[in-house]
Amino acid sequence: MSKEKKFTLTIPKEELMGPGHLACQGCGASLAMRLALKGLGQRTVVCIPACCWAVIDGPFPHSCLDIPIYHCAFETAASSAAGVKAGLEMIGDTETTVLAWAGDGGTFDIGLQALSGAAERNEDIVYTCYDNEAYMNTGIQRSSATPRGAWTTTTPVKHYKKHPKKDIIGIMAAHSIPYIATASVAYPEDMVKKFKKAREIKGTRFIHVFAPCPAGWKSRPEDTIKLARLAVQTGYFPLFEIENGEKWTMNLKVKERKPIVEYLKLQGRFRHLKEDEIEMIQKEVDSRYEKILKHCGL
Amino acid sequence: MKKVIMGNHALSYGAMLSRAQVIAAYPITPQTQVVELLSEMCADGTLNAKFIKVESEHSAMAACLGAALAGARTFTATSAQGLALMHELLHWASGGRMPVVMGNINRAMAPGWSIWADQNDSLSERDTGWIQFYCASNQEVLDTVIQAFKVSEKLMIPSMIILDAFALSHTYEVVEIPEQEKVDAFLPPFNPPFRLNPDDPRAFGGLTSPDHYMELRYKLQKDMEKAPAVVEETGREYEKMFGRYLGQVEEYRCEGAEIIFVTSGTAGYTARVAVDELREKGIKAGNLRIKLFRPFPFEKVRSILSRVPRVAVLDRNISYGHHGIFYQEVKSAMYGQTSQPKIFGFIAGLGGRDITRETFREIADYALHQDKVEEIVWIGVKK
Repeated sequence: MSKEKKFTLTIPKEELMGPGHLACQGCGASLAMRLALKGLGQRTVVCIPACCWAVIDGPFPHSCLDIPIYHCAFETAASSAAGVKAGLEMIGDTETTVLAWAGDGGTFDIGLQALSGAAERNEDIVYTCYDNEAYMNTGIQRSSATPRGAWTTTTPVKHYKKHPKKDIIGIMAAHSIPYIATASVAYPEDMVKKFKKAREIKGTRFIHVFAPCPAGWKSRPEDTIKLARLAVQTGYFPLFEIENGEKWTMNLKVKERKPIVEYLKLQGRFRHLKEDEIEMIQKEVDSRYEKILKHCGL
Repeated sequence: MKKVIMGNHALSYGAMLSRAQVIAAYPITPQTQVVELLSEMCADGTLNAKFIKVESEHSAMAACLGAALAGARTFTATSAQGLALMHELLHWASGGRMPVVMGNINRAMAPGWSIWADQNDSLSERDTGWIQFYCASNQEVLDTVIQAFKVSEKLMIPSMIILDAFALSHTYEVVEIPEQEKVDAFLPPFNPPFRLNPDDPRAFGGLTSPDHYMELRYKLQKDMEKAPAVVEETGREYEKMFGRYLGQVEEYRCEGAEIIFVTSGTAGYTARVAVDELREKGIKAGNLRIKLFRPFPFEKVRSILSRVPRVAVLDRNISYGHHGIFYQEVKSAMYGQTSQPKIFGFIAGLGGRDITRETFREIADYALHQDKVEEIVWIGVKK
């Protein structure tokens, strides 16, 4: 008997994102798109507001994606996508998935009203926030997704971010939409599975993708996957799903969470933090993780 | 079929007859009845359209643009603050060549809060690359909506149809509602050359370098310059089928006039009554109502106004630190013409103050007896 083990690849081979994009080295956001489209497939239209991806795609007349792209206004990812879906349906295309693909600024801040409106109306769209925790396209300014303790160009070391990251998942869960998930570029099988699952669900689907940004986090490009994995292993960014605003499922149970300092120390944006401040962040991570476990009945 | 309907409902019927496929709108006084009737029509199946009940005007326009890019015919309506909130996306619509048709009820901008008519809302959007039609009757509103879709889709430039708050939006008039089959024959389904289509994937509106951007704007201007001819041609075609002609301007008793009022919106109808009265008194007055404001109907305005010694432009708006906006436009159109009238500028009716026959009598009295041209004369202001 052969000793070879048979592996089944759950990630489709089909590539809808080609080379020649304009992302920085080690960009989590570009990998996120590549994986998301493997899950959603070619019958997808994407609405991209102002964010890194407005540039990553490539300048006119080039595009690195093999799907139609609407570069929409900053605060309109959700409302544009809702319009595209309605328009497609009215011309008889009921199959195409409409994806809104926004950064954390376009989701947590300027696009939140449109997102809340779309979610309340349960618009039939997949809304993805690829979260690199600051306005990276404009050169690393704080957003409401920037975590406590982080340096950015608008939260300099002397006045680093003093407020915790906005709980976008909690906000979206309060809308009771059919599907919410967190995903990470360090866990591609889980991520692709979630996008595949989202494709089959009707209504507003919200996927929060953790996307490290070496340029903005002052981390090494080769540490992107490591950081994304540590974010999960420390419990800073757990992988879970919420169905219909009620049913919470932890997708990856971390038996022994690593201390947050392991995640923080690889990033220049946290270099100034003192022990007591790191302790405070650890407490916040613990408390949030416990709450999520409780929601999941664990 | 004849119906007695309000101006707002004339917009709704126009959108219905044009078979708008996606409507996204947010309520604002005095526009609300437009979308109330449309949502009823969508609910009872009179109109096969998706109505997206958005949470702001910004999202209303964003949703319309998405739908237009997907290949659907789209309609919305708003007013004043709502239009201002859409501002960013008005540029998006024209720059992206998305032929949305929108009704705007002319309402004064806050503060102080005002729900009454003036034109500063739509004129603040003058340079956004939208075609602008100013209407004076409910019939004209309905006819303009249908023709605007045709003009917009031909040029791939959005259109705004503008009505005065209350003076038209809430005034009931007899309106001939055309038959659906005839409108269908006049206005074929929207079929854009490019749309969001997975079978032909394209990127719309991406990062555009200085090497390309200017050419896109040049093309928009060139197509805008074609619009007066397209409006004429569409108007003649509509006239053949429905017996009513829209056109760029309405000329009223301008032949042999010693003074011509230049007006827009409902003031243009009041002006006609004033013209009749003045003529009875032996004063040869006329009225030129500008219907198409963007693109500006240079040829029509020049040919009519160069025949007259005096022109009085009535503005229900103001460009602070300059003059009335129609006044600026008319004066600039007449600059360099071989025959130039004396052009006087009058500001009246801001924030919904009435514009009446007396307003025009006062204007005529002033403009006929002044030798020095006044660029800004306030009518009825309490100083």
